[in-house]
Amino acid sequence: MTPQHHPGDDLLIAYAAGSQDEPVALVVATHLALCPRCRKEVERLEALGGVLLEEQEAEPLAEKSLEQALARLDEAAPDEPAQPSRQLARRSAEVDPVVPRPLRDYLGDGLDQLDWTAFRGLEKVELLPEFPSFRTRLMRIKSGTAMPTHTHDGSELTLVLAGGFSDESGHFVRGDVAEADPSVNHQPVADPGEDCLCLAVTDAPLRLTGPFGRLLNPFLRI
Amino acid sequence: MLSAVATEIPMPLAKSKVALVARPAPRVQRVMRIETPAQKTGAEASAEELMSAVAERRDRAAFVRLFELFGPRVKAYLMRQGADRASAEDLVQDVMLTVWHRAVQFDRNKATFSTWVFTIARNRRIDSLRRANRPEIDPEDPALVREPDDPADQVVDAAERSKHLHAAVAQLPVEQERLLRLAYFEDKSHSVIAEELALPLGTVKSRLRLAMTKLRAALETLE
Ligand SMILES: [Zn+2]
Repeated sequence: MTPQHHPGDDLLIAYAAGSQDEPVALVVATHLALCPRCRKEVERLEALGGVLLEEQEAEPLAEKSLEQALARLDEAAPDEPAQPSRQLARRSAEVDPVVPRPLRDYLGDGLDQLDWTAFRGLEKVELLPEFPSFRTRLMRIKSGTAMPTHTHDGSELTLVLAGGFSDESGHFVRGDVAEADPSVNHQPVADPGEDCLCLAVTDAPLRLTGPFGRLLNPFLRI
Repeated sequence: MLSAVATEIPMPLAKSKVALVARPAPRVQRVMRIETPAQKTGAEASAEELMSAVAERRDRAAFVRLFELFGPRVKAYLMRQGADRASAEDLVQDVMLTVWHRAVQFDRNKATFSTWVFTIARNRRIDSLRRANRPEIDPEDPALVREPDDPADQVVDAAERSKHLHAAVAQLPVEQERLLRLAYFEDKSHSVIAEELALPLGTVKSRLRLAMTKLRAALETLE
């Protein structure tokens, strides 16, 4: 089955336009690997990019521009990986049936080798620390576990890779993307049967709002 | 940083064997007519035809014409994205040399030339101006999810699609059209765009959504 919950048009547009920060683009692109429908959408949006480029007013080139380019045509093509996503591969090229590229390339030696931090029913790994205005985390939530009710100062994007969870806005399984904006106060509950593995990106710290929120806050910091 | 040029070659999304088999690239007869690139009158070769000449015969005259047609637009694109004049010039060189070196990868059944150049320029910009990676799918990844009837595999006529998109963009309400151009050409998040236009973020998102609904409708007759 292919995903039922897709990133919104604005996210797909920003992905096609290349105006997203890498953590958000990573969620969108990993969804694309799991979603033929959105691959098609992005293809259309790139076609739109081409159309807008054609309509773009021209900026005259420097006088020697063409001459310079022609002089360089016989240079050997620069070394390049077969595909750009390979460039992201930091350590390993292994295939993982659960984690598609491009996310795979951000995980080095694979899920089990990651530096998981455990707390109660939840384990997490921080990714992309070089983008400090985002929190990019891989999370594993024990089946049947409820996460603390929380709300957001910014928005939260969650892509399910295995298992599933439900919250007030619906039921999310592999490939689905949940978007939560600051107005959403939600309490995701992992499906029974299988641990829920997901990639989550928030662009501002969460505020815990449940009765134990303040108590958990210093430790949990999900 | 020229060595980084081609690390950012976009791959056409979900490039499919099905599409390649289903529709072999048509032979272009008009290609021979482009031997004099300066000619501006008469039936000029399309960018896709010029590209075939570059790919098949390393035709420099065809490359010159593509450079003249697209170089200035790519430069304008890069400058709107925040490149200064000098780095925009350098990046235009990179982009157009990438076109030359990667010519055989261009698949006119998947995309128009302008779409291909757009993706090359976009990725080059992310690499150079943003200094970030662009996460992209790997069409060869066994973990990539396909459907038996993968919508990404359906063959579209890229040129036809582009024509429909041109017409549909022209018919958008001006505020939606303007927003689309901002979203594509200014390297800004939608919330920054919203702030600059003094609009709520929700309005920006819903206008983009409305625009997309119209563009989709315009394409539906095609696909
Ligand atoms: Zn989707």
